[in-house]
Amino acid sequence: MTITALLFASYADVLGRTSLDLTLGPGATVRDAIQQIRALPGGERLPPAPLVAVNLEYASAERRLAPGDELAVIPPVAGG
Amino acid sequence: MRSAIVTQPVNAAALLTEVASTANGALILFVGTVRDENDGRPVLGIEYSAYAEMAERELAAIVAETAARFGTSDIVVEHRLGTLELGEASVVIAVGHARRAVAYDASRHLLEELKRRLPVWKREGYADGSREWVDPSAHTPAHR
Repeated sequence: MTITALLFASYADVLGRTSLDLTLGPGATVRDAIQQIRALPGGERLPPAPLVAVNLEYASAERRLAPGDELAVIPPVAGG
Repeated sequence: MRSAIVTQPVNAAALLTEVASTANGALILFVGTVRDENDGRPVLGIEYSAYAEMAERELAAIVAETAARFGTSDIVVEHRLGTLELGEASVVIAVGHARRAVAYDASRHLLEELKRRLPVWKREGYADGSREWVDPSAHTPAHR
């Protein structure tokens, strides 16, 4: 299955892009997707278990992904 | 109640009028502004960015939760994105309640939840020309 990953702020900087498509096996979780992203050039600078959101809601590393999901990898937030 | 992620300057006084009513004996206005230093480094401005679609949803959820918890729907908040100069408002929170203690608590609660949950990032620009993403989680609580 294919999902879209979104990268922001410092994470977009280290990976040199703001989005990418990931191809994952059936039953793949957020953790699997993060492992793929961390294997990309610059991806090793992401923490092993960053904050993530799936389809606009915060999600855990164990969350199972579905085709077409939008996975956002969220750097430490700094609003206010 | 109302919340918005905006790119234009926030009119704090206008937000205050939105929560005013004769039933509210207390109106609290919080204005977060761009400060001229951070951790001893002179700051010239801050660039705010966001996962805008999620930030709008999350901010609306925080406002609804705060309204339910403190028993007032007179809550308005706006968070600004883009490049802000020193002294400009990045976030404005207006709360109205019959009693001041509840109004203060609701305003503080909303701000702390926003800082903890809102997918917003800031990159500070310094006097030496460099820029850095701010990571509040790397600071001690006294710096927040």
